[in-house]
Amino acid sequence: MTDEILKTTPLNAAHRALGARMVGFGGYDMPVQYEGVLAEHRWTREHAGLFDVSHMGQCKITGADAISQFERFVPGDYAILKAGKQKYSLLLNESGGIIDDLMAGKPDHDGLFVVVNAGNKDEDFAFWSANLSGTATLTVLADRSLIAIQGPEAAEVMVAHEPVLAEMAFMDSARLMLFGVDCYVSRSGYTGEDGYEISVPNADAERIWNTILQDARVKPIGLGARDSLRLEAGLPLHGHDIDPTTSPVEGALTFALSKSRKEAASFNGADRILKELAEGPSRVRVALSVKEGAPAREGAEIADADGNVIGKVTSGGPSPTLGRNIAMGYVPPKYADLGTDLKVIVRGKAAAAEVVAMPFVATRYHRKPKA
Amino acid sequence: MKFTKDHEWVSLDGDIATVGISKHAAEALGDVVFVEVPEVGKTVSKGDSFAVVESVKAASDVYAPVSGEVVEANDALGTAPETVNADPVGEGWFARIKVSDASALDALMDQAAYDEYLTTL
Repeated sequence: MTDEILKTTPLNAAHRALGARMVGFGGYDMPVQYEGVLAEHRWTREHAGLFDVSHMGQCKITGADAISQFERFVPGDYAILKAGKQKYSLLLNESGGIIDDLMAGKPDHDGLFVVVNAGNKDEDFAFWSANLSGTATLTVLADRSLIAIQGPEAAEVMVAHEPVLAEMAFMDSARLMLFGVDCYVSRSGYTGEDGYEISVPNADAERIWNTILQDARVKPIGLGARDSLRLEAGLPLHGHDIDPTTSPVEGALTFALSKSRKEAASFNGADRILKELAEGPSRVRVALSVKEGAPAREGAEIADADGNVIGKVTSGGPSPTLGRNIAMGYVPPKYADLGTDLKVIVRGKAAAAEVVAMPFVATRYHRKPKA
Repeated sequence: MKFTKDHEWVSLDGDIATVGISKHAAEALGDVVFVEVPEVGKTVSKGDSFAVVESVKAASDVYAPVSGEVVEANDALGTAPETVNADPVGEGWFARIKVSDASALDALMDQAAYDEYLTTL
Protein backbone atom coordinates (compact mmCIF):
# COMPACT_ATOMS: atom_id res chain seq x y z
CA MET A 1 0.00 0.00 0.00
CA THR A 2 2.76 2.43 0.90
CA ASP A 3 4.49 1.71 -2.40
CA GLU A 4 1.33 2.40 -4.37
CA ILE A 5 1.63 5.43 -6.62
CA LEU A 6 -1.44 7.46 -5.83
CA LYS A 7 -3.10 9.68 -8.39
CA THR A 8 -3.86 13.24 -7.44
CA THR A 9 -6.79 15.52 -8.17
CA PRO A 10 -6.24 19.10 -9.40
CA LEU A 11 -7.05 20.22 -5.84
CA ASN A 12 -4.20 18.28 -4.18
CA ALA A 13 -2.06 21.37 -3.53
CA ALA A 14 -5.08 23.24 -2.16
CA HIS A 15 -5.76 20.43 0.35
CA ARG A 16 -2.15 20.44 1.51
CA ALA A 17 -2.18 24.23 1.84
CA LEU A 18 -5.22 23.85 4.10
CA GLY A 19 -3.34 21.38 6.31
CA ALA A 20 -5.37 18.33 5.34
CA ARG A 21 -4.38 14.88 6.50
CA MET A 22 -4.08 12.92 3.26
CA VAL A 23 -4.79 9.21 2.71
CA GLY A 24 -5.00 6.82 -0.21
CA PHE A 25 -8.60 6.33 -1.31
CA GLY A 26 -9.80 4.72 -4.53
CA GLY A 27 -6.28 5.04 -5.91
CA TYR A 28 -6.12 8.78 -5.14
CA ASP A 29 -4.28 10.85 -2.55
CA MET A 30 -7.28 12.44 -0.83
CA PRO A 31 -7.98 14.55 2.28
CA VAL A 32 -9.50 12.42 5.06
CA GLN A 33 -9.83 15.41 7.38
CA TYR A 34 -8.77 19.03 7.91
CA GLU A 35 -9.61 20.10 11.48
CA GLY A 36 -11.25 16.83 12.56
CA VAL A 37 -13.99 14.49 11.44
CA LEU A 38 -16.51 15.37 14.16
CA ALA A 39 -16.16 19.14 13.73
CA GLU A 40 -16.37 18.84 9.94
CA HIS A 41 -19.41 16.57 10.16
CA ARG A 42 -21.23 19.01 12.44
CA TRP A 43 -20.21 22.02 10.32
CA THR A 44 -21.78 20.40 7.26
CA ARG A 45 -25.03 19.66 9.10
CA GLU A 46 -25.19 23.26 10.41
CA HIS A 47 -23.58 25.40 7.67
CA ALA A 48 -21.94 24.40 4.38
CA GLY A 49 -19.16 21.91 3.69
CA LEU A 50 -17.00 21.86 0.56
CA PHE A 51 -15.87 18.47 -0.74
CA ASP A 52 -13.37 17.49 -3.42
CA VAL A 53 -14.92 14.48 -5.13
CA SER A 54 -12.80 14.76 -8.27
CA HIS A 55 -11.64 11.17 -7.81
CA MET A 56 -15.08 10.05 -8.92
CA GLY A 57 -15.61 9.19 -12.58
CA GLN A 58 -17.38 11.53 -14.98
CA CYS A 59 -18.46 10.62 -18.49
CA LYS A 60 -20.97 11.35 -21.21
CA ILE A 61 -22.90 8.78 -23.17
CA THR A 62 -24.10 10.34 -26.39
CA GLY A 63 -25.51 9.45 -29.79
CA ALA A 64 -28.97 8.59 -31.12
CA ASP A 65 -28.93 5.24 -29.27
CA ALA A 66 -27.46 6.62 -26.03
CA ILE A 67 -30.56 6.23 -23.86
CA SER A 68 -31.69 2.86 -25.14
CA GLN A 69 -28.19 1.42 -24.87
CA PHE A 70 -27.63 2.86 -21.38
CA GLU A 71 -30.96 1.43 -20.21
CA ARG A 72 -29.92 -2.13 -21.09
CA PHE A 73 -27.76 -2.20 -17.96
CA VAL A 74 -29.71 0.00 -15.52
CA PRO A 75 -33.27 -0.40 -14.18
CA GLY A 76 -34.19 3.31 -14.27
CA ASP A 77 -36.40 4.91 -16.92
CA TYR A 78 -34.14 7.42 -18.67
CA ALA A 79 -36.26 7.58 -21.85
CA ILE A 80 -38.93 9.56 -20.02
CA LEU A 81 -36.51 11.54 -17.83
CA LYS A 82 -37.03 15.21 -18.59
CA ALA A 83 -34.17 17.37 -19.80
CA GLY A 84 -32.72 19.20 -16.82
CA LYS A 85 -33.21 16.28 -14.41
CA GLN A 86 -31.00 13.49 -13.09
CA LYS A 87 -31.72 10.15 -11.49
CA TYR A 88 -29.88 7.70 -9.23
CA SER A 89 -29.45 4.28 -10.74
CA LEU A 90 -27.49 1.03 -10.66
CA LEU A 91 -25.21 -0.52 -13.24
CA LEU A 92 -26.18 -4.20 -13.19
CA ASN A 93 -24.40 -7.39 -14.25
CA GLU A 94 -26.17 -10.30 -15.92
CA SER A 95 -27.07 -11.84 -12.58
CA GLY A 96 -28.66 -8.65 -11.29
CA GLY A 97 -25.70 -7.72 -9.06
CA ILE A 98 -24.68 -4.11 -8.66
CA ILE A 99 -21.46 -3.33 -10.59
CA ASP A 100 -21.76 0.28 -9.40
CA ASP A 101 -24.27 2.88 -8.32
CA LEU A 102 -24.35 6.13 -10.24
CA MET A 103 -26.03 9.42 -11.02
CA ALA A 104 -27.10 9.99 -14.62
CA GLY A 105 -28.85 13.09 -15.88
CA LYS A 106 -29.74 15.22 -18.84
CA PRO A 107 -28.10 18.57 -18.12
CA ASP A 108 -28.18 19.55 -21.81
CA HIS A 109 -29.48 18.11 -25.05
CA ASP A 110 -26.42 15.96 -25.55
CA GLY A 111 -27.15 12.50 -24.14
CA LEU A 112 -26.41 11.57 -20.54
CA PHE A 113 -23.91 13.01 -18.06
CA VAL A 114 -22.94 10.23 -15.67
CA VAL A 115 -21.01 10.24 -12.37
CA VAL A 116 -19.70 6.92 -11.00
CA ASN A 117 -17.63 5.81 -8.00
CA ALA A 118 -13.85 6.34 -7.96
CA GLY A 119 -12.95 2.74 -7.22
CA ASN A 120 -15.13 1.37 -10.01
CA LYS A 121 -14.73 3.95 -12.73
CA ASP A 122 -12.14 2.10 -14.83
CA GLU A 123 -14.29 -1.03 -14.71
CA ASP A 124 -17.48 0.92 -15.50
CA PHE A 125 -15.92 2.71 -18.45
CA ALA A 126 -14.49 -0.56 -19.79
CA PHE A 127 -17.92 -2.17 -19.36
CA TRP A 128 -19.65 0.53 -21.39
CA SER A 129 -16.89 0.58 -24.00
CA ALA A 130 -17.37 -3.16 -24.50
CA ASN A 131 -21.16 -3.29 -24.26
CA LEU A 132 -22.66 -0.11 -25.69
CA SER A 133 -23.56 -0.69 -29.32
CA GLY A 134 -25.26 1.12 -32.18
CA THR A 135 -24.47 4.82 -32.20
CA ALA A 136 -24.02 5.17 -28.44
CA THR A 137 -20.60 6.60 -27.62
CA LEU A 138 -18.78 6.82 -24.28
CA THR A 139 -16.65 9.90 -23.64
CA VAL A 140 -14.67 9.92 -20.38
CA LEU A 141 -14.42 13.45 -19.00
CA ALA A 142 -10.95 13.17 -17.45
CA ASP A 143 -10.49 16.90 -17.97
CA ARG A 144 -13.09 17.71 -15.28
CA SER A 145 -12.98 17.97 -11.51
CA LEU A 146 -16.00 17.55 -9.23
CA ILE A 147 -16.70 19.81 -6.26
CA ALA A 148 -19.66 19.29 -3.90
CA ILE A 149 -21.07 21.88 -1.52
CA GLN A 150 -23.45 20.44 1.06
CA GLY A 151 -25.39 21.75 4.03
CA PRO A 152 -28.29 24.03 4.98
CA GLU A 153 -26.37 27.17 3.92
CA ALA A 154 -25.03 25.70 0.66
CA ALA A 155 -27.77 27.21 -1.50
CA GLU A 156 -27.37 30.71 -0.04
CA VAL A 157 -23.63 30.54 -0.61
CA MET A 158 -23.95 29.44 -4.22
CA VAL A 159 -26.86 31.72 -5.12
CA ALA A 160 -24.66 34.66 -4.09
CA HIS A 161 -22.35 33.59 -6.93
CA GLU A 162 -25.04 32.71 -9.48
CA PRO A 163 -28.71 33.62 -8.87
CA VAL A 164 -30.05 31.06 -11.35
CA LEU A 165 -28.99 28.27 -8.96
CA ALA A 166 -31.91 29.25 -6.70
CA GLU A 167 -34.26 27.95 -9.38
CA MET A 168 -32.89 24.43 -9.18
CA ALA A 169 -34.62 21.78 -7.05
CA PHE A 170 -33.37 18.43 -5.76
CA MET A 171 -32.18 16.24 -8.66
CA ASP A 172 -32.25 19.09 -11.20
CA SER A 173 -29.29 19.00 -13.56
CA ALA A 174 -28.02 21.87 -15.71
CA ARG A 175 -25.14 22.88 -17.93
CA LEU A 176 -24.35 26.53 -17.32
CA MET A 177 -21.66 29.15 -17.04
CA LEU A 178 -20.49 29.41 -13.45
CA PHE A 179 -17.43 31.36 -12.28
CA GLY A 180 -16.94 32.23 -15.96
CA VAL A 181 -16.55 28.64 -17.15
CA ASP A 182 -18.65 25.82 -18.57
CA CYS A 183 -19.99 23.67 -15.70
CA TYR A 184 -22.37 20.78 -15.15
CA VAL A 185 -24.35 21.42 -11.97
CA SER A 186 -26.81 19.17 -10.15
CA ARG A 187 -28.70 19.91 -6.97
CA SER A 188 -27.73 16.72 -5.19
CA GLY A 189 -24.99 15.16 -3.11
CA TYR A 190 -24.34 12.23 -0.83
CA THR A 191 -24.77 13.66 2.66
CA GLY A 192 -28.55 13.93 3.06
CA GLU A 193 -28.24 17.72 2.99
CA ASP A 194 -29.31 20.24 0.38
CA GLY A 195 -26.48 21.23 -1.92
CA TYR A 196 -24.87 21.03 -5.34
CA GLU A 197 -22.34 18.91 -7.18
CA ILE A 198 -20.42 21.01 -9.67
CA SER A 199 -18.32 19.57 -12.50
CA VAL A 200 -15.69 22.12 -13.49
CA PRO A 201 -12.77 22.15 -15.96
CA ASN A 202 -9.60 20.89 -14.22
CA ALA A 203 -7.77 24.12 -15.05
CA ASP A 204 -10.32 26.14 -13.07
CA ALA A 205 -10.85 23.76 -10.14
CA GLU A 206 -8.47 25.39 -7.67
CA ARG A 207 -9.69 28.91 -8.46
CA ILE A 208 -13.34 27.90 -7.99
CA TRP A 209 -12.57 25.89 -4.82
CA ASN A 210 -10.76 28.87 -3.28
CA THR A 211 -13.47 31.31 -4.38
CA ILE A 212 -16.24 29.30 -2.71
CA LEU A 213 -14.08 28.88 0.43
CA GLN A 214 -13.84 32.65 0.86
CA ASP A 215 -17.41 32.59 2.19
CA ALA A 216 -17.27 32.30 6.00
CA ARG A 217 -20.19 29.86 5.93
CA VAL A 218 -18.05 27.32 4.06
CA LYS A 219 -15.32 25.00 5.37
CA PRO A 220 -13.43 22.25 3.53
CA ILE A 221 -14.58 18.77 4.55
CA GLY A 222 -12.64 15.52 4.21
CA LEU A 223 -13.69 12.03 3.23
CA GLY A 224 -13.98 10.99 6.90
CA ALA A 225 -16.97 13.25 7.48
CA ARG A 226 -18.34 12.50 4.02
CA ASP A 227 -18.57 8.86 5.11
CA SER A 228 -20.26 9.55 8.47
CA LEU A 229 -22.69 11.97 6.77
CA ARG A 230 -23.70 9.44 4.11
CA LEU A 231 -24.07 6.74 6.77
CA GLU A 232 -26.49 8.93 8.75
CA ALA A 233 -28.36 9.59 5.50
CA GLY A 234 -28.80 5.82 5.03
CA LEU A 235 -27.00 5.92 1.69
CA PRO A 236 -25.13 2.76 0.64
CA LEU A 237 -21.41 2.81 -0.11
CA HIS A 238 -20.49 0.65 -3.09
CA GLY A 239 -17.94 -2.05 -2.29
CA HIS A 240 -19.24 -2.14 1.28
CA ASP A 241 -23.05 -1.92 1.56
CA ILE A 242 -23.66 -3.04 -2.02
CA ASP A 243 -21.44 -4.92 -4.46
CA PRO A 244 -21.64 -7.14 -7.57
CA THR A 245 -23.25 -9.96 -5.54
CA THR A 246 -25.99 -7.70 -4.13
CA SER A 247 -29.24 -7.11 -6.00
CA PRO A 248 -31.21 -3.85 -5.80
CA VAL A 249 -33.91 -5.71 -3.85
CA GLU A 250 -31.43 -7.01 -1.28
CA GLY A 251 -29.85 -3.57 -1.11
CA ALA A 252 -33.22 -1.95 -0.25
CA LEU A 253 -32.89 0.13 -3.42
CA THR A 254 -36.17 -0.84 -5.08
CA PHE A 255 -36.97 2.86 -5.54
CA ALA A 256 -34.38 2.75 -8.32
CA LEU A 257 -36.47 0.20 -10.23
CA SER A 258 -38.78 2.12 -12.57
CA LYS A 259 -42.29 0.74 -13.03
CA SER A 260 -42.15 0.68 -16.83
CA ARG A 261 -38.75 -1.00 -16.84
CA LYS A 262 -39.92 -3.69 -14.41
CA GLU A 263 -42.95 -4.37 -16.61
CA ALA A 264 -40.74 -4.64 -19.67
CA ALA A 265 -38.11 -6.69 -17.77
CA SER A 266 -35.66 -5.08 -20.14
CA PHE A 267 -32.43 -4.75 -18.15
CA ASN A 268 -29.51 -6.92 -17.07
CA GLY A 269 -30.45 -9.34 -14.32
CA ALA A 270 -34.19 -8.69 -14.60
CA ASP A 271 -35.01 -12.39 -14.04
CA ARG A 272 -33.44 -12.46 -10.58
CA ILE A 273 -34.65 -9.01 -9.59
CA LEU A 274 -38.29 -9.62 -10.58
CA LYS A 275 -38.21 -13.01 -8.83
CA GLU A 276 -36.92 -11.38 -5.63
CA LEU A 277 -39.59 -8.69 -5.88
CA ALA A 278 -42.29 -11.36 -6.16
CA GLU A 279 -40.97 -13.89 -3.64
CA GLY A 280 -38.75 -11.81 -1.40
CA PRO A 281 -34.93 -11.87 -1.28
CA SER A 282 -32.93 -14.12 1.05
CA ARG A 283 -31.33 -11.13 2.76
CA VAL A 284 -32.00 -7.42 2.93
CA ARG A 285 -30.11 -4.30 4.00
CA VAL A 286 -31.35 -2.83 7.27
CA ALA A 287 -30.47 0.11 9.50
CA LEU A 288 -29.44 -0.68 13.06
CA SER A 289 -29.36 1.53 16.11
CA VAL A 290 -26.69 0.10 18.43
CA LYS A 291 -27.83 0.68 21.98
CA GLU A 292 -24.63 0.05 23.94
CA GLY A 293 -20.92 -0.50 23.75
CA ALA A 294 -18.46 0.01 20.94
CA PRO A 295 -19.29 1.04 17.38
CA ALA A 296 -20.17 -1.96 15.20
CA ARG A 297 -18.14 -1.58 12.02
CA GLU A 298 -17.93 -3.42 8.71
CA GLY A 299 -17.55 -7.15 9.28
CA ALA A 300 -19.15 -7.27 12.74
CA GLU A 301 -21.64 -10.13 13.03
CA ILE A 302 -25.35 -9.52 13.54
CA ALA A 303 -27.20 -12.01 15.76
CA ASP A 304 -30.84 -12.57 16.63
CA ALA A 305 -32.11 -12.00 20.18
CA ASP A 306 -30.95 -15.53 21.13
CA GLY A 307 -27.42 -14.92 19.87
CA ASN A 308 -27.64 -16.92 16.62
CA VAL A 309 -25.58 -15.20 13.92
CA ILE A 310 -27.88 -14.12 11.07
CA GLY A 311 -25.86 -11.54 9.15
CA LYS A 312 -23.05 -9.03 8.98
CA VAL A 313 -22.57 -5.29 9.32
CA THR A 314 -21.50 -3.64 6.05
CA SER A 315 -20.82 -0.18 7.44
CA GLY A 316 -21.18 1.44 10.80
CA GLY A 317 -19.78 3.87 13.29
CA PRO A 318 -20.68 6.64 15.66
CA SER A 319 -23.35 9.10 14.52
CA PRO A 320 -22.16 12.59 15.49
CA THR A 321 -25.66 14.00 14.97
CA LEU A 322 -27.46 11.38 17.06
CA GLY A 323 -24.73 10.81 19.64
CA ARG A 324 -24.99 7.02 19.41
CA ASN A 325 -23.66 4.22 17.26
CA ILE A 326 -25.41 3.26 14.03
CA ALA A 327 -24.82 0.59 11.41
CA MET A 328 -26.13 -0.97 8.23
CA GLY A 329 -26.03 -4.64 7.45
CA TYR A 330 -27.77 -7.62 5.91
CA VAL A 331 -30.24 -9.93 7.63
CA PRO A 332 -32.93 -12.39 6.45
CA PRO A 333 -36.17 -10.46 5.77
CA LYS A 334 -37.96 -11.96 8.79
CA TYR A 335 -35.60 -9.91 10.99
CA ALA A 336 -35.98 -6.70 9.00
CA ASP A 337 -39.15 -5.28 10.55
CA LEU A 338 -38.73 -1.95 12.32
CA GLY A 339 -38.31 -2.44 16.05
CA THR A 340 -36.84 -5.95 15.80
CA ASP A 341 -34.39 -6.55 18.63
CA LEU A 342 -31.05 -7.88 17.38
CA LYS A 343 -27.46 -7.96 18.62
CA VAL A 344 -24.19 -6.90 17.08
CA ILE A 345 -21.01 -8.71 18.06
CA VAL A 346 -17.92 -6.53 18.46
CA ARG A 347 -14.67 -8.14 19.62
CA GLY A 348 -16.65 -11.08 20.98
CA LYS A 349 -19.10 -8.98 22.97
CA ALA A 350 -22.78 -8.93 22.03
CA ALA A 351 -24.48 -5.54 22.26
CA ALA A 352 -28.18 -4.79 21.90
CA ALA A 353 -29.29 -3.28 18.61
CA GLU A 354 -32.65 -2.50 17.04
CA VAL A 355 -33.81 -2.32 13.44
CA VAL A 356 -34.73 1.31 12.73
CA ALA A 357 -35.91 3.31 9.73
CA MET A 358 -33.54 4.73 7.12
CA PRO A 359 -32.36 7.43 6.95
CA PHE A 360 -31.02 7.67 10.50
CA VAL A 361 -31.03 11.47 10.23
CA ALA A 362 -33.82 13.18 8.28
CA THR A 363 -32.71 14.39 4.85
CA ARG A 364 -33.10 18.04 3.90
CA TYR A 365 -33.20 17.91 0.11
CA HIS A 366 -34.65 20.99 -1.59
CA ARG A 367 -37.78 19.60 -3.19
CA LYS A 368 -40.15 21.77 -5.18
CA PRO A 369 -43.63 21.89 -3.67
CA LYS A 370 -46.04 19.79 -5.74
CA ALA A 371 -48.27 22.03 -7.88
CA MET B 1 7.50 8.71 31.98
CA LYS B 2 8.54 6.06 29.45
CA PHE B 3 7.23 5.33 25.96
CA THR B 4 6.83 2.29 23.69
CA LYS B 5 7.25 2.10 19.92
CA ASP B 6 3.48 1.48 19.78
CA HIS B 7 2.96 4.93 21.34
CA GLU B 8 1.85 3.93 24.82
CA TRP B 9 3.23 5.83 27.80
CA VAL B 10 3.84 4.42 31.25
CA SER B 11 4.51 6.26 34.49
CA LEU B 12 5.66 4.34 37.57
CA ASP B 13 4.73 5.17 41.17
CA GLY B 14 6.09 2.48 43.50
CA ASP B 15 5.02 -0.73 41.79
CA ILE B 16 1.92 0.83 40.18
CA ALA B 17 2.26 1.77 36.51
CA THR B 18 -0.23 4.19 34.98
CA VAL B 19 -0.65 3.61 31.25
CA GLY B 20 -2.07 5.69 28.40
CA ILE B 21 -1.39 6.63 24.79
CA SER B 22 0.97 9.40 23.73
CA LYS B 23 -0.02 12.84 22.46
CA HIS B 24 1.33 11.79 19.07
CA ALA B 25 -0.97 8.74 19.03
CA ALA B 26 -4.00 10.74 20.16
CA GLU B 27 -3.42 13.28 17.39
CA ALA B 28 -2.89 10.58 14.78
CA LEU B 29 -6.13 8.83 15.77
CA GLY B 30 -8.20 11.97 15.47
CA ASP B 31 -11.46 12.26 17.39
CA VAL B 32 -11.64 9.44 19.94
CA VAL B 33 -15.24 8.28 20.29
CA PHE B 34 -14.97 5.08 22.31
CA VAL B 35 -12.51 3.52 24.73
CA GLU B 36 -12.63 -0.01 26.05
CA VAL B 37 -10.53 -0.26 29.21
CA PRO B 38 -9.48 -3.58 30.81
CA GLU B 39 -11.31 -5.14 33.74
CA VAL B 40 -9.80 -4.73 37.17
CA GLY B 41 -8.16 -7.97 38.28
CA LYS B 42 -7.12 -8.98 34.81
CA THR B 43 -3.54 -10.18 34.45
CA VAL B 44 -1.75 -8.84 31.40
CA SER B 45 1.58 -9.67 29.81
CA LYS B 46 3.77 -7.10 28.13
CA GLY B 47 2.68 -6.79 24.50
CA ASP B 48 -0.89 -8.04 25.09
CA SER B 49 -3.70 -6.04 23.57
CA PHE B 50 -5.34 -4.90 26.80
CA ALA B 51 -7.52 -1.97 25.70
CA VAL B 52 -9.12 -0.61 22.54
CA VAL B 53 -9.39 2.99 21.45
CA GLU B 54 -11.77 3.92 18.64
CA SER B 55 -11.72 7.05 16.51
CA VAL B 56 -14.57 8.00 14.20
CA LYS B 57 -13.06 5.82 11.50
CA ALA B 58 -11.31 2.87 13.10
CA ALA B 59 -10.57 0.73 16.14
CA SER B 60 -6.97 0.45 17.40
CA ASP B 61 -5.49 -1.90 19.97
CA VAL B 62 -3.57 -0.58 22.96
CA TYR B 63 -0.77 -2.91 24.08
CA ALA B 64 0.33 -3.43 27.66
CA PRO B 65 3.79 -1.88 28.03
CA VAL B 66 4.46 -3.93 31.17
CA SER B 67 3.29 -7.20 32.71
CA GLY B 68 1.18 -7.31 35.84
CA GLU B 69 -2.33 -7.12 37.26
CA VAL B 70 -4.81 -4.38 36.39
CA VAL B 71 -5.69 -2.70 39.68
CA GLU B 72 -7.65 0.28 38.38
CA ALA B 73 -9.28 1.22 35.07
CA ASN B 74 -10.22 4.72 33.98
CA ASP B 75 -13.96 4.12 33.66
CA ALA B 76 -14.53 7.85 33.16
CA LEU B 77 -13.39 7.34 29.56
CA GLY B 78 -16.57 5.34 29.01
CA THR B 79 -18.66 8.50 29.12
CA ALA B 80 -15.95 10.98 28.09
CA PRO B 81 -13.70 9.30 25.49
CA GLU B 82 -12.73 12.76 24.15
CA THR B 83 -10.54 13.12 27.28
CA VAL B 84 -7.96 11.01 25.40
CA ASN B 85 -7.63 13.83 22.83
CA ALA B 86 -7.82 16.65 25.38
CA ASP B 87 -5.30 15.29 27.91
CA PRO B 88 -3.68 12.08 26.64
CA VAL B 89 -0.83 11.96 29.16
CA GLY B 90 -2.96 13.14 32.11
CA GLU B 91 -6.68 12.57 32.65
CA GLY B 92 -6.78 10.39 29.53
CA TRP B 93 -4.94 7.48 31.19
CA PHE B 94 -6.35 4.01 30.48
CA ALA B 95 -5.40 1.76 33.39
CA ARG B 96 -3.13 1.21 36.38
CA ILE B 97 -1.14 -2.01 36.48
CA LYS B 98 0.62 -3.49 39.50
CA VAL B 99 3.87 -4.46 37.83
CA SER B 100 5.51 -7.79 38.50
CA ASP B 101 8.94 -6.60 37.35
CA ALA B 102 9.61 -2.85 37.43
CA SER B 103 12.92 -3.33 35.62
CA ALA B 104 10.91 -4.03 32.44
CA LEU B 105 10.52 -0.26 32.13
CA ASP B 106 14.25 0.08 31.58
CA ALA B 107 13.81 -1.25 28.05
CA LEU B 108 11.38 1.56 27.16
CA MET B 109 12.22 4.97 25.71
CA ASP B 110 12.44 8.13 27.78
CA GLN B 111 10.88 11.36 26.49
CA ALA B 112 13.99 12.43 24.56
CA ALA B 113 14.41 9.02 22.94
CA TYR B 114 10.70 8.90 22.06
CA ASP B 115 10.82 12.38 20.51
CA GLU B 116 13.82 11.25 18.48
CA TYR B 117 11.93 8.06 17.48
CA LEU B 118 8.97 10.15 16.24
CA THR B 119 11.26 12.00 13.83
CA THR B 120 12.13 8.66 12.19
CA LEU B 121 8.50 7.75 11.41
